[in-house]
Amino acid sequence: MSEWMRICPLEEIPRLGSRVVQTGKGDIAVFRSGTDEVFALRDQCPHKGGPLSQGIVSDRKVTCPLHGLTVQLDSGEAVAPDKGCTHRYRARVDKGEVYLNLS
Amino acid sequence: MTDTKKTRLVVIGNGMAGMRTLEELLKLAPDMYDITVFGAEPHGNYNRILLSPVLAGEMTIKDIMLNDVDWYAQNGITLHLNKTVTQIDRVRRKVIADDGTEAGYDRLLLATGSNPFMLPVPGKDLPGVISYRDIRDTDEMIEAASRYHHAVVIGGGLLGLEAANGLRLRGMDVTVVHLMPWLMERQLDRTAAGLLQQSLEAKGLRFKLEKQTAELVAGESGRVCAIRLKPALSGVEGDGETLPADLVVMAVGIHPNTGLAEAAGLHCDRGVAVNDTMQTYDPRIYAVGECVSHRGTSYGLVAPLFEQARVCANHLAQLGISRYTGSVTSTKLKVTGIDLFSAGDFTGGAGTEEIVLSDPSVGVYKKLVVKGDKIVGSVLYGDTADGSWYFQLLRDGQNIHELRDRLMSGQSHLGNSGHHGQNNAASMPDDMEVCGCNGVCKGTIVKAIKEKGLFTLNDVRKHTKASASCGSCTGLVEQILASTIGGAYQPVDVSRKPLCGCTDYTHEEVRKAIVERRLKSIPEAMGFFEWRNVNGCASCRPALNYYLLCAWPHDYRDDPQSRFINERAHANIQKDGTYSVIPRIYGGVTTPAQLRRIADVAEKYDIREVRCTGGQRINMLGVKKEDLPKVWADLDMPSGFAYGKSIRTVKTCVGSEWCRFGVQDSTSMGIALEKELDRMWAPHKVKLAVSGCPRNCAEATIKDVGIVGVDSGWEIYVAGNGGIKAEVSLFLVKVKSAEEVMEYASAFIQLYREEARYLDRTVHWVQRVGMDYVKARIVEDAAGRRVLYERLKDALRDEKDPWQERVRGVAAREFEPIRFQPEIGSEIS
Repeated sequence: MSEWMRICPLEEIPRLGSRVVQTGKGDIAVFRSGTDEVFALRDQCPHKGGPLSQGIVSDRKVTCPLHGLTVQLDSGEAVAPDKGCTHRYRARVDKGEVYLNLS
Repeated sequence: MTDTKKTRLVVIGNGMAGMRTLEELLKLAPDMYDITVFGAEPHGNYNRILLSPVLAGEMTIKDIMLNDVDWYAQNGITLHLNKTVTQIDRVRRKVIADDGTEAGYDRLLLATGSNPFMLPVPGKDLPGVISYRDIRDTDEMIEAASRYHHAVVIGGGLLGLEAANGLRLRGMDVTVVHLMPWLMERQLDRTAAGLLQQSLEAKGLRFKLEKQTAELVAGESGRVCAIRLKPALSGVEGDGETLPADLVVMAVGIHPNTGLAEAAGLHCDRGVAVNDTMQTYDPRIYAVGECVSHRGTSYGLVAPLFEQARVCANHLAQLGISRYTGSVTSTKLKVTGIDLFSAGDFTGGAGTEEIVLSDPSVGVYKKLVVKGDKIVGSVLYGDTADGSWYFQLLRDGQNIHELRDRLMSGQSHLGNSGHHGQNNAASMPDDMEVCGCNGVCKGTIVKAIKEKGLFTLNDVRKHTKASASCGSCTGLVEQILASTIGGAYQPVDVSRKPLCGCTDYTHEEVRKAIVERRLKSIPEAMGFFEWRNVNGCASCRPALNYYLLCAWPHDYRDDPQSRFINERAHANIQKDGTYSVIPRIYGGVTTPAQLRRIADVAEKYDIREVRCTGGQRINMLGVKKEDLPKVWADLDMPSGFAYGKSIRTVKTCVGSEWCRFGVQDSTSMGIALEKELDRMWAPHKVKLAVSGCPRNCAEATIKDVGIVGVDSGWEIYVAGNGGIKAEVSLFLVKVKSAEEVMEYASAFIQLYREEARYLDRTVHWVQRVGMDYVKARIVEDAAGRRVLYERLKDALRDEKDPWQERVRGVAAREFEPIRFQPEIGSEIS
C-alpha cells in the first residue's frame, strides 16, 4: 500500500515554480505547473547534479539552472537531444493540499 | 486515404528541399495535412551535398541519409519511391506517375530539383560518360574507379573539382578539362584559383585549362576510351589533343527541372516561376528548391533552398508571416585539407575597391571587395576563419567604415579566450578541444554533424554542447560546420534573429509591440504573438520580463518565476547549490565597521571562503539558500547586484585625493555613478570604471562605460568588454564637469536598455547599430540625451533594495524549504 504524505497547501508553491521538500531520501523538488498540476522529482539534474528546483518552469518542463539541461516534469527524462533521467516521485493535489508519495 | 477530411498535400520530389519543407511544416502544423511524397530515386531523403565525401571514401551512403523510410511512416506520410510523376492534372487536381499511381491533391509542392547539363558533343551517350548528381552516379564512379585507370572530369567548377578529388583518392588518374582560364571562375578570382590549382596538383590532379571538348571516343568494348579536345583557341578544324578516359564525368552545370511544370501549363522562366511565398502561377501549387526561379534567380546551393523551405512551410501552415526575398550565397569547397571561401561579387569593377592580403609562401590569400562603406564580395583562401563574419557583414549590408582598418586582421584576431587562440579549424587535429567550457573536441563535432545530419549552429549546440555556454568558440564551430557540409552551411542571420524557438518574431518586433500595443504582462505578450510553446521557455521568459520592466517601470509587476534563479534569489548559485553573497561597496571604498560586520557574518554562518572580487568588492561563498535573508539582515549592506543582468560595479582608482599623478577625483565620480545607477536592471550586466588620469589604473577602457579623467575634464568611452572576448571601448565624447559625465553616461546606458536585445552586452549592440548612431543620439542630440537621462532616473525612482525587502519578509517562501516530518503527514489512500 502506498503512502501519501501531505506536504503543504497548493498556494504555498508558486505557479511555474517549486518548493524543496527535505526528506530522509534527500531533497525532492515539488513543482507546480501553470495549470496547477504538481510533479515531484529528485532535486538533482542528471547532468551534473544541479538543483532542478531552482530552474525556470514552463509547461511540463524545467530548465536546470547550472547548464541549461531541460527535464520533463512528468517523466524525469531529459528533453532530446540530451540524455539522462532523474528519479520521479508521485505527487497530487487533493482539496487544495499537495501530497507526495515516496514509495 | 481519399476519404479523409484532412487537406491533401502531395510532394513531387523526395530531395532536400521538399523534405526540409515537410519537416518545417510538421513542426508548425503536425496534423494539418494528409501528405503523399513521390520520389524518382529508390532511396529515402539523403544529403546530396555529402556525396563528395562518399565518393572520396570518407563517408558511406548510410551516413548521409537524412530521412530514412521509417521517418515517413512515423509521420504518417505516404511514400512512393522509384516512381516518377509524369503528369499533373490541374483540372481534376491529381498527379499521375509513370507506373499509373495517382494521387489527388488540395495543395501540391513541386521539388523536382535540377538536371545536369550534358555537353552536346559526339559520344555523350557512350557507356562510361556520366553526370554527377545522385547516388547512382556516385556508385558508378566508385565502381569505375575499382576497374579503370583514367578519368576525365569536364568542368572545373565546385562539383567537378569535388568529383575529381574523390576519383583521385580512389586511385584514378584524373584530368580536369575546363573551358575558362581559371578554376571555379564563378567563385574565385585568378589569384585564389591559382593557389587552389597548386594545392590540387600537389594532390595529383592534372588540369587542362581553356580547353573545349570536341568529342568522346568509343573503345573496342563500346565504352568510352578517350576524349579529344579542340585545338587551342585557333578555331580551325584539325587534331586537338587526345587524352585517355575510361570514365568521363560531366560537371558543366545544372538546369532547373521544369518539364513537368511546363507540361502542366505553369509559367516557367528558366525555373518554375514563384512569388515570395513560393507559390507558382497556380496558387494551389508551390515550388521550392533548384527547380524554382524566384525574382529571376535560380539557386544551386542548398542554403537558399532551406530558406525557401521555411517560408513555404510557413505559408502551407497558414501562418503567412514570412516571405522569401532571395538569398546571398557563399561557397566552400569540400576537399579535405583545402580551405576556401567565397561570397558575393568578388570581381570588383567600377566604384569598388579591393582590400587584399596575399602571402603565397604560406598559401594565404584574402580579398575583400568594398563598395562605398559596404562589403560586396569576398574571396578567402588558406585562412577562412573570418569567412562567416565577412559574409554576415556582406549580407546585412553593414556599414564597415569604423571596422575598416582592422577588417583584414579579422574578428577572431583579438582577445578570444578559451581555445588556445586557435582560429583555423581546418588545421586543428580531431582530438583538439574546440569548446573549452564543455570539453568538446573537433572530431566529436564533425562526427555529430555527419551522423545526425546537422545543418545549423543551433543544431550543433544542441547535440554536442559545443559553443553552447560562453560562445567564444562559435567562430570555430561555424568553420567546422561550413567545412563539413560545404554549401549547405548558412550562418545565423543576425539581422532577423527570432527571440527564441517559441516564436518567429524578433526581439525588436516584440519590444515595439510591447510599447505600441501596451502589452503589460508575459501572458499578454505571448498571446499577442501566438507563442508556440505553453509558458514559453527559459530563453524567452527572462527576455520578456526585462522588456516589460523596461517599457513599464512602474506598472509592470515583475515575474520572479520568469527570472533566472540568481535574480530570483538575489545571490549567485554555485555548482554545489549554495549561493554567494556580494554586498555593494560603492566605488570600492569600505570602512572598518563594514569589514567587521562582514567578518562577523562569515564566522557566524560558517562561510567557507571570503575573497576579493575583480570589481573591488568582497564575495562570501558557500551560503545555504535558507540562510540568505539572515546573512543579509546581519550584514545590513545593500545588494551588490553581482548576480543580475543589471548594474554591477563602478571600479575606481584612488584618484586626485591621494595619487600623486591623479588629475580628477575618480573615487567621488565613481561613487556618484554607482549610487545613480544602483538597482538598475539591463539587457545584460553593466560594468563601469572611472580612472583619475590617463594611466587608467581602473581599466576603464574595457568597460561598458569607462571614464578617464584628464586635466581639463573627463573622457567618456563606451562599449568595452573584458571577459570572453576582450574589446577596447570606443571614444564617445569629452566633457568638462562631473554633472555632464553623469548625464552622458546615464543617457548612453538608457539607450542601451531601451534598444539592445536581451543578453546583448553594450559592445554587441554598438557593433550592430554603429558608433555614428550612438553619437547622434547621445552627443549631437542634447534634448534627446536629457530625455533619456530623465527616463532612466524615473525608471529607478521606486526600485527598492531587494535584500532589505527580503529581510522584511518579501518572498519568504523562496528561501524556506519544507521539512518533511512523516509523523504529521496523513495517509489518505
